[in-house]
Amino acid sequence: MAIAPLPTAAVRRSGFRRVEPTFYIFLVPTLILFTLAITLPAVMGIVLSFTNSVGFGTFRFVGLTNYQAAFSDPSILQAYGFTFLFAVITVVVVNLVAFLLAVSLTARIKARTALRTTFVVPMVISGIVIAYVFSYLFGTSVPALATALGVGPLEQSMLATPDLALVALVIVAAWQAIPSALLIYIAGLLSIPSEVYEAASLDGAGGWRQLRTITMPLVAGYIVINVILGFKGFLNVYDIIVGLTGGGPGTSTVSVAMSIFNGFSGGDYAYQMANATIFFIIAVVIALLQLRFTRGKATF
Amino acid sequence: MTTTSFDAASLGARPITGSGRRRRARRPGSANWPLTIVLAVCALTVIVPIYVTVSMAFKTTRQAVNGNAFELPAPFSLSGFEQAWRLTDFPRSFALSVFVAVVAVSGTVVLSAWAAYAISHNWQRRFFRWSFFYLLAAMFLPFPVVALPQVKLTGMVHLDNPIGVAILHVMFQLSFSVMLFTAFLRSIPGELEESARMDGATTWQVFWKLIFPLLAPMSATVGIFAFLASWNDYMMPSLITSNPQLQTLPVLQQIFQTQFSNNYNVSFASYLMAMAPSIVVYLFTQRWVMAGVTQGAIK
Repeated sequence: MAIAPLPTAAVRRSGFRRVEPTFYIFLVPTLILFTLAITLPAVMGIVLSFTNSVGFGTFRFVGLTNYQAAFSDPSILQAYGFTFLFAVITVVVVNLVAFLLAVSLTARIKARTALRTTFVVPMVISGIVIAYVFSYLFGTSVPALATALGVGPLEQSMLATPDLALVALVIVAAWQAIPSALLIYIAGLLSIPSEVYEAASLDGAGGWRQLRTITMPLVAGYIVINVILGFKGFLNVYDIIVGLTGGGPGTSTVSVAMSIFNGFSGGDYAYQMANATIFFIIAVVIALLQLRFTRGKATF
Repeated sequence: MTTTSFDAASLGARPITGSGRRRRARRPGSANWPLTIVLAVCALTVIVPIYVTVSMAFKTTRQAVNGNAFELPAPFSLSGFEQAWRLTDFPRSFALSVFVAVVAVSGTVVLSAWAAYAISHNWQRRFFRWSFFYLLAAMFLPFPVVALPQVKLTGMVHLDNPIGVAILHVMFQLSFSVMLFTAFLRSIPGELEESARMDGATTWQVFWKLIFPLLAPMSATVGIFAFLASWNDYMMPSLITSNPQLQTLPVLQQIFQTQFSNNYNVSFASYLMAMAPSIVVYLFTQRWVMAGVTQGAIK
């Protein structure tokens, strides 16, 4: 057996050489920490969802009882209903606005950089702080304006009626989420070579026609990405609800995340872990859809 | 005539900062003024809430409660800031927020760069390849799902404090960051590293002297996103940190919802102090923020 010569790229790539310990030092501690911080709690949660644990002390396994209870619990069903409705509406609003903004911001306009910088600002502000600012605007400024202008339904705080509270939440969520969708759309629009538009112009296609027959199909992949990323994010809605409605009026705007956190109080621990597990399965399904739809698409 | 086309070509070929956009922008023809004006009006939806925050913060309590959020501060007053400073014990809460963000950013950048380097260098080995997908899987895991057990575990090991929050911030940033770093590293030619190794450099030296400097632009993006996620987070610190004295700035803003809820100048001064750092960081680092969003979504 000859002693291995200096490793060449070919030898290294083919994998005969032993892995240098430093690489394990680079990776393994992180894997362990990650496992303790994320995988372990996830597994614990799933296991506890089959028990009657109240968060401490002894417990025993109760099979699917928690799941059966969750599926027939009106407050949980209401939270899922509200969260999905909220996520669907917000996704639509965010993508419509972000797409139109992206098309406008890539057109021949003045002050492009300043405008783009401005539109991205909401992305970098804390959700809870945004929610507090808007809760003042919805609670005080909007009613004051509505009274002055004589707009009846808005003279009261929007946050006091369930339907308008949903509208208020969508507005704030969209305000915060539009920037990242916008940036993705801008990247998509810039990836379309300008020659395509020039050719279309020569053929006499107008602006609207170009938008429909060139822009839309070519950024379809980006629309899919934005819809899925957005939907996934909006299902987790929590901060802005805490800041705006606290789940009210009544329990009409309690989201799934909020209902899970109720497990901290009231002895619902294992029960809410079942809720969390259901939520996790939904997240996995969405993730699989994402992989299915985005694989191989929209690569630079 | 020839000068014009040459100009356009050289502009279009410029490698940095959105050459494609520039190419389309510099085409002869006048700017679209009506559209610019429409966009400027739309931009008010972003500017007005921020304007209200700033102007409320500089009002006196008497002016702040009169209900007109849009008028300018008259007289101009700093008393809101003085009280907010005292009520949130600003030096301490700011220091705690900075501490959490600094640990989160440096931890995220170093741990994910290490992991990505090990993974991309040993991609042909199953252990490293699977580790990559294992770390990536967390991207699909919503925090609420693991929150309750995490609260229990951090309490058990006495990490129910800002250190625990910072560690969890790092862990939740890993997926996104390792993905960005790995994609970037796989585009670096192996020859660079080979030549360094020929000179007898160890893996540790290769990483710090060659790889880490090469990763700098990616580290900027990763670091800024780790900063924004950590600085603005409310959910995790509010659940994990048990001692209210150790809360970060976003969580502390809730004191204005109960007590002092009518002193709007005080609460808005506090909101402004909480949001200003991230806006300032953004204004100075826009390029990497924008790069991060698109790469994160498209890779």
